Amino acid sequence: MRVLVLAKEGERSEAATPPTPAAMAEYQKFNEELVKAGVVVGAGRLSPSSQGKRVRFDGRKRTVIDGPFAETKELVAGYWLWQVRSLDEAIEWLKRAPYDGGIFEIREVSQHEGA
Amino acid sequence: MRSPSTRAREGALAIGPRQGEAPEGTGHVETVPADAHRAIEAIWRIESARLIAGLARLVGDIGTAEELAQDALVAALEQWPVSGVPERPGAWLMATAKHRATDLIRRRKTLERKYEKLGRDVEGDQESKDLDTAIDEEFGDDLLGLIFMACHPVLSKDARVALTLRVLGGLTTEEIGRGFLVPVSSIAQRIVRAKRTLTEAHVRFELPSGPERVARLASVLEVIYLIFNEGYAATAGEDWVRPALCEEALRLGRILAELVPTEPEVHGLVALMEIHASRLHARVGPSGEPVLLLDQDRARWDRLLVSRGLAALERAERLGGAMGPYALQAAIAACHARAATAAETDWLRMVALYDALAELAPSPVVELNRAVAVGMAFGPAAGLDLVDALVPEPSLKAYHLLPAVRGDLLRKLGRFEEARAEFERAASLTQNVRERELLQRRAAECAAERMAG
Repeated sequence: MRVLVLAKEGERSEAATPPTPAAMAEYQKFNEELVKAGVVVGAGRLSPSSQGKRVRFDGRKRTVIDGPFAETKELVAGYWLWQVRSLDEAIEWLKRAPYDGGIFEIREVSQHEGA
Repeated sequence: MRSPSTRAREGALAIGPRQGEAPEGTGHVETVPADAHRAIEAIWRIESARLIAGLARLVGDIGTAEELAQDALVAALEQWPVSGVPERPGAWLMATAKHRATDLIRRRKTLERKYEKLGRDVEGDQESKDLDTAIDEEFGDDLLGLIFMACHPVLSKDARVALTLRVLGGLTTEEIGRGFLVPVSSIAQRIVRAKRTLTEAHVRFELPSGPERVARLASVLEVIYLIFNEGYAATAGEDWVRPALCEEALRLGRILAELVPTEPEVHGLVALMEIHASRLHARVGPSGEPVLLLDQDRARWDRLLVSRGLAALERAERLGGAMGPYALQAAIAACHARAATAAETDWLRMVALYDALAELAPSPVVELNRAVAVGMAFGPAAGLDLVDALVPEPSLKAYHLLPAVRGDLLRKLGRFEEARAEFERAASLTQNVRERELLQRRAAECAAERMAG
């Protein structure tokens, strides 16, 4: 199964300063382990929401909203796409991630054909 | 550590049923709370290959390594539900297994010494020092050594496949049996026999080099591709595809590509599998019927896998040298992947790639595929000439795709009655129920077209 792992890092999602080199190194080590295990099929880190846009749909009307967005706790700072055999496996992998804050959400991609 | 009974070990072997039901007759497993059990199952799935690999390097043979790993699993099943899952479960399992391995090696040594009373200066001290450092080193080489061992050419293809899925995929015999529609007892037997064969042939943990390495690697790639193909074009049974096997093969391929990143053919195989897997959804219709490549809705191709496949192919090409058979097949698959519609397929390039493949790895099946490409590039009559030349080929006598391709070309030439007969023949040759239905439908269409014409 394919799962999407969303990193909701809270306030940190909005930090314009990049993570410390030490934190980056730890993250990279973890990511490398995932890649070596054949788990990662996609990954990305997102820019702060201040650089993001939202488009609201209301009937035929479309409204473009500029970032930053208010609900910082829900803001996604990065994502992974993992190929795992079960949700439990994803949980076990995620538990090993070198983070000391934030909430990470695992969601199964129920249909992943097409773009 | 307590020595677990054989019965308990068998219980550990049975860990894995998806639905979380406890296997019968295993007191241990039944008492484990469901969530702890599921967590342990997931951890086992993550750790087992590395665990077995590390142990195989220590003790030399796969059978003992797997037993030691299973013992550690039994210990985890006993202790974790009570004590909680340790912070570093992999390290815990390894330490536990290593203790037992050390005991085992010591016992073996004592035995050896008893047998050969010769006062040959025992180099054992050196060895036990190695033992301590060996286990803490990089896992990569261990894993590669284990892959080479499980795919050793001394084993039959079936045995290699079963053993690889077992020790590297972490699959249970039940899961392997389900994947291949083979009774669990046969799979279990196959694995036991494979281990015995390895022991009898004195196959030890090793990392071959030079030409030996090339040959051994070819055997590994073959096993992975066999697993993939069994999932992609199920040779028998009710389902047209069994994606779980494709996923296992892809995972093994991706792992291998990280272990030996400088081998172009490994990336070639990964590219081939990624691109083929991108079509898994599109090649099954709403009621489970097969949809052939040129009829597929390309919007349903998995773009992520397509781009991963193309990237892997690029990696293979960048490594230089002549393209191997897997890279060539991946390049053929990429030709389809790059065409936005079936009509836009670059058939001339396809023919050139098949020409190269036929030269490098000649086989009647490649010739048949080349005939299809020629038929598309230069018209059905040209394709039919090539296919007709293959009809006497003994190895294709029972191959359903020969009459299927022939039927297709005849139909395009308006020779509906001959085409119908070929589709009927193809239908009678395939073991796959879904494919048979498709071929029978084609035959019926030809009959109708004949009436209309």
